[in-house]
Amino acid sequence: MSPRRALARAALHAALALAFVLAVIPVAWTFSTSLKPLEEVYAYPPNWVPRHPQWSNYARAWAAAPFARYAINSSAVTVAIIALQTGLASLAAYAFSKLRFRGREALFLLFLATMMVPTQVVVVPVFIMLSKASLLDSYEALVLPFAASAFGTFLLRQSFLEIPDDLVDAARIDGAGDLSVIRNVMMPMSRPAYVSFVLLSFTWRWNDYFWPLIMTSSPEMRTLPVGLVFLRTSEGSIEWNVVMAASVFVILPIILLFLLFQRYFVEGIMSSGLKG
Amino acid sequence: MRTRGDGPKALLFLAPSLLVFALFVFFPLAFSGMLSLTKWDLLSGERPFAGLGNYARLFSDKVFLKALANTALFSLVVVAAAAAAGLALALALDKPIFGRAAYRAGIFAPYLTSTAAMALVWLWIFDPQYGLINSALSRLGIAGPAWIASIDWALPALMIMTVWRFAGYDMLLFLGGLQGVPRELKEAAYIDGAGKARIFFRITLPLLSPTTLFVVVTTFITMFQNFETVAVMTQGGPVNSTNMLVFYLYQNAFQFYEAGYASAIASVLFAIVVAATALQMWASKRWVHYA
Repeated sequence: MSPRRALARAALHAALALAFVLAVIPVAWTFSTSLKPLEEVYAYPPNWVPRHPQWSNYARAWAAAPFARYAINSSAVTVAIIALQTGLASLAAYAFSKLRFRGREALFLLFLATMMVPTQVVVVPVFIMLSKASLLDSYEALVLPFAASAFGTFLLRQSFLEIPDDLVDAARIDGAGDLSVIRNVMMPMSRPAYVSFVLLSFTWRWNDYFWPLIMTSSPEMRTLPVGLVFLRTSEGSIEWNVVMAASVFVILPIILLFLLFQRYFVEGIMSSGLKG
Repeated sequence: MRTRGDGPKALLFLAPSLLVFALFVFFPLAFSGMLSLTKWDLLSGERPFAGLGNYARLFSDKVFLKALANTALFSLVVVAAAAAAGLALALALDKPIFGRAAYRAGIFAPYLTSTAAMALVWLWIFDPQYGLINSALSRLGIAGPAWIASIDWALPALMIMTVWRFAGYDMLLFLGGLQGVPRELKEAAYIDGAGKARIFFRITLPLLSPTTLFVVVTTFITMFQNFETVAVMTQGGPVNSTNMLVFYLYQNAFQFYEAGYASAIASVLFAIVVAATALQMWASKRWVHYA
């Protein structure tokens, strides 16, 4: 390697390392602050490794608000949404890829069109509808509006289209019905698409703050992000170490999922942009 | 391949999704349009018809105009900065270099974090006295701004946090796009004596244009829906310097109980999203080069 190329390579690594550090600093700072005693939180200059790690901050945060309940709510709501989305999107993607019928393209465009309607646009009418149905402040209000997923239908359809029709026909000749074709042919052969979709959708729903903030009113129905923000506003003076410890409850599950299934997250995002 | 139509069966398979979309997308969209023509406080039994009154009011409402301008400025800056950073990072990571997977994962990770939780963390990072940024600045002898508490610096603070979240996301989309740029084409140009800059501007960038268009439009639409950073960090303040479209919609609907007026704001948001999508479709026919 010529000296010039070696220098260029070193500069490239320096730039990438800087980007990497900038990206992870806020998350690292969360963990660092969450372990500090209060006087260390306000130390100048700030120290990164807590001198006297206070694991009890986590216990204090957990007890400062009904976080166990928030965690149960977040998990139940997210899992219910993912189950419904996966089921409904599988059926729709199958129809759009392996069944022939008039208006197929038009209906698929209609599905895609729903992605143009952000939840922010329909939040007022949906709030009124749910209030009329006495469903505000309930699991239904948090789950049902997200039961179908155009993004999931799109992602699974792309994957289903790559499965040869001959395989589907062979399964049918063996007497398999459509549901069993979906279960035994489409699903196993589209595993990467399913994993990517489930992980991304899980992350988006788990992190959502807007919808549960508006649809819930009682503390018993709050999800983790909503409960976390309430914790900060409810306390007179902010104890940043406790608030950061509570933030860890929200971000840690997703970080762990990402560390375990990094490839699927990356591929899911990359394939969502390959529409051109 | 079966030739007979599967019409009834297909409808059965699509029905569950269609029902959800009808109930929670299409009907509410029409309902919202209707509500925007009324003056309603969310509580009383009557919904007095107001014609286009709510829309007329938008034009003379200084807070709305401020929120719209803030949203536009915020979106343009974030889209441009995140896309530029994302493209540069993608180009750097498109070739097999040491530590590539780790760089990619770390830089993308912010996109997956909860905005509400990280907004709290950034509030702490932006703390004028003890925050990470201002203590670093003061070590360089610079007195940092009051960030969230400052009329001039609160919006840039939200921009910084949002670029942090989206640069890695844009990077991944560009990496996906770069996979579609044939290597042979670049190599052929190189053999013909084209320089690196020439190859980038004449081959890579034109062939990347579908991805660029997708990145710009989708990030732009996402930015126009920004709510969480405003709600958690500034509540639109100080003096509406960070108020944005969706937060103002939220205030009108759920704090001022003006469902009709909030619905008019929702119509504006929807119109912008539709216009951006239409622009994308039109532009992808006009000037995008497909490989």
